[in-house]
Amino acid sequence: MECFKVINPGLFTSVQDMGRFGYERQGVPVSGVMDEFSFRVANMLVGNAENTPALEITLLGPTLEVLQDTVVAVTGAWMRPVVDGREMPCWSSFPVRKGETLSFAPVKAGCRAYMAVLGGFAGDTVMGSVSTYTRGGIGGVKGRRLEKGDILSREGDEFFAHFFKVREEYIPHYSSEEEIRIILGPQHDYFSRESLELFLNSTYTITKDADRMGYRLDGPEIKAKEKHDIITDGILPGAVQIPGNGKPIIMLKDAQTTGGYAKIATVVSTDLSKLAQLKPGDRINFRAISLQEAHQLLQKMEYVLDDIRKTLVPSRYFDVTVDGTVYNVNIELLK
Amino acid sequence: MYKIPRILPAGDKAVVVEYGNEISEECNKKVLNLYNALMKRDITGIVSMIPTYRSLLIKYEPLRITVDNLAALIAKCDTSTSVEEFKPKIIEIPVAYGGDFGPDLDYVAKYHDMTPEEVIKIHTESAYRIYMLGFTMGFAYLGGMSEKIATPRLEKPRTEIPAGSVGIAGSQTGIYPIASPGGWRLIGKTPVKLYDPYREKPILLEAGNYIKFVRITPDEFYEIERQVSTCAYEVKIYDYNV
Repeated sequence: MECFKVINPGLFTSVQDMGRFGYERQGVPVSGVMDEFSFRVANMLVGNAENTPALEITLLGPTLEVLQDTVVAVTGAWMRPVVDGREMPCWSSFPVRKGETLSFAPVKAGCRAYMAVLGGFAGDTVMGSVSTYTRGGIGGVKGRRLEKGDILSREGDEFFAHFFKVREEYIPHYSSEEEIRIILGPQHDYFSRESLELFLNSTYTITKDADRMGYRLDGPEIKAKEKHDIITDGILPGAVQIPGNGKPIIMLKDAQTTGGYAKIATVVSTDLSKLAQLKPGDRINFRAISLQEAHQLLQKMEYVLDDIRKTLVPSRYFDVTVDGTVYNVNIELLK
Repeated sequence: MYKIPRILPAGDKAVVVEYGNEISEECNKKVLNLYNALMKRDITGIVSMIPTYRSLLIKYEPLRITVDNLAALIAKCDTSTSVEEFKPKIIEIPVAYGGDFGPDLDYVAKYHDMTPEEVIKIHTESAYRIYMLGFTMGFAYLGGMSEKIATPRLEKPRTEIPAGSVGIAGSQTGIYPIASPGGWRLIGKTPVKLYDPYREKPILLEAGNYIKFVRITPDEFYEIERQVSTCAYEVKIYDYNV
């Protein structure tokens, strides 16, 4: 059912799910959310299955007119949702009513926010996924980012008055300098020991060339022992390519599926969420870890997501009038 | 080719099985034999795979299959080229050559002191192996073009090349699945859609199969194009016999 009308689309807002798998061998990028952690928590907060399409909002949030009563949740980058002028909490679900306007305060930290809606956003399912891949013009709303006047629908028409909050200790804090963990390879043997050390001991800055396809970095040049070109092979999100100019490029969700530059390292999957919250001008330090450590991190993230689900704090929203002024009060229920 | 394939790490959710550092049919067959063997086994924990010239990227879910178990499974798969689990097909691609369909055909002919007819004859003679797909949705890296018609790219790439254009770049030939900018010498155009996201099989080509270009007239082009638009056209596919 129709639930929002786009008054202002924001900088780059698109419908995404976990991605399009199974067609990479035919050149179709996986796409999907840049920050899987925040996306999964957003869906959890509105009671959706974890891979339900949500909005990925980049740096500048959209303004949406609410067409039907529903429940939403916003996670990820710190840009507080605002309903008819009232600021609502992040990492919480809350109701929106027909006729209200939902907008977003300026971003205070991070880069990408996720807005889930009860039932999930409807979109074009292409090759098994609703994820928008704008360069290929598929998925989401007509294969593109949101535009003014778009009508967004959600699956189902239920409404319930149960709202939840993520416990404070589970909410990530975003900074403008992050340590990004990597596993060396597949082509780290193209680089000398000195080059590898330079790569691991330097700070890189994210340039303006940073989008869903990849981040180009600026910093010390990494030179290959002989050549930077390889026989074109497979690429996955997180691959760190070193082209001839020596400046690393981190390939991300909309990256092409194959490439011809040596890949010095691959970002571990749990840190892709961290990368998604960095923006041009932010800085990165790479740290190499073992495969075993990376798998432990992955297991830990699943435990954390499980804990978040189990410890969601039920909350209620009330309009309270004191001396003629209406206050929106959010109350946590004590068990 | 390596004596023993290398298993390289590609982050915490993928490995690369590399058979060599060369572009050869032998090496590529190893890759595709492993790909097909793993596909057939439908292994829990393998998310997807990307076969390329000389290696197979395998994406896996570490919480469902350990990397050691995966490596053991890979070692067990028989990739000897004599055991072809996969029966390659030839896909016939009808192409209208020259004129507006292939504005560079005359240039290619002149470059080699040939007539356009001779270029077309050479281009339609052989079956081209699909080594891999990549770069863009549905783009096939083909092998097997005659060096006799190898031609350098345009010095200044075109800003828009229509989908279906068939071109030559160096000693490679290829088909543009979607409209895009590019520097290939365009010699013809096919009315067949290599990529259609809303079709049951969105992408026509698969690595390991072969392409044969078949010359058609402009009238046939428009007729096939009409049939394609109403989903009435069926691409000719038949077994490839070595």
